[in-house]
Amino acid sequence: MRDKSTSDGENSPKGVDHMIDQQPTRPLPPVENSDEARLRQRAIGVKLRQMFDEVVNEPVPDEFLEILRRADNSSGGER
Amino acid sequence: MSASEDLSTLTGAARDNVFQKDLVTLIPHLRAFARTLTGNATQADDLAQDALIKAWDARASFQLGTNMKAWTFMILRNQFYSDKRRSWRSTQLDQEAAERTLVAVDDPESPVALDELRQAMAVLPAEQREALILVGAGGFAYEEAAEICGCAVGTVKSRVSRARKAVQGILEAGAYGRDGRPADEAMGNILSEAERLSAAR
Repeated sequence: MRDKSTSDGENSPKGVDHMIDQQPTRPLPPVENSDEARLRQRAIGVKLRQMFDEVVNEPVPDEFLEILRRADNSSGGER
Repeated sequence: MSASEDLSTLTGAARDNVFQKDLVTLIPHLRAFARTLTGNATQADDLAQDALIKAWDARASFQLGTNMKAWTFMILRNQFYSDKRRSWRSTQLDQEAAERTLVAVDDPESPVALDELRQAMAVLPAEQREALILVGAGGFAYEEAAEICGCAVGTVKSRVSRARKAVQGILEAGAYGRDGRPADEAMGNILSEAERLSAAR
């Protein structure tokens, strides 16, 4: 029911193309290239996480903890 | 010991303690997010500290047991953009210093590829950069990233997708320009590095 209404409602001889979902109108690169692209994206993802994690794994400068220590004292410190 | 139900009954110092313990664990992540937003280690820590203070001051409005990471990231991000509005000039001027800092912070063993990725990230429009970092490195779902950025889920998805394509394009194009050969070195470095990393895991 969903398929029918969208292809009818939205005019155009292109309606059929829309139903073949994963086919962009631009010429596709050969299959091995899109595998390659996926590989590259995965590699970028790995490096991106590495870039982020490098900072996450740095020791936290003491000023940060100092802030919370000060906050503790000023908030009535029952400890 | 489960459930936000238990947590929600906490008050006063006991609640503050729980809140603070969770907040402390997020500091490294806030620093990393700030670093990617500012591109500068010193500015990033200033920003992260401001965000930490803001989060602490706003602790009463946080519901214990919900996603504190997303909440603090949102605070940090808001802080970043309000700072930026106040002094957009200084971030521009510091761009060079930022690049030096990033390189300086690097492990000497760290591969070229990482610097190139940083540079590629630095050229992205801010909203694409933050979306890619949140989803691609920060471990947030699209929905959470959308909440942090105050935009629609679909917007985040398209920003992430455009950012990914742009980064790949920049890395590939950069190598073409450098030595005139079609062998894309930056991308090649990243590929081999990524392989090494995932093998090590």
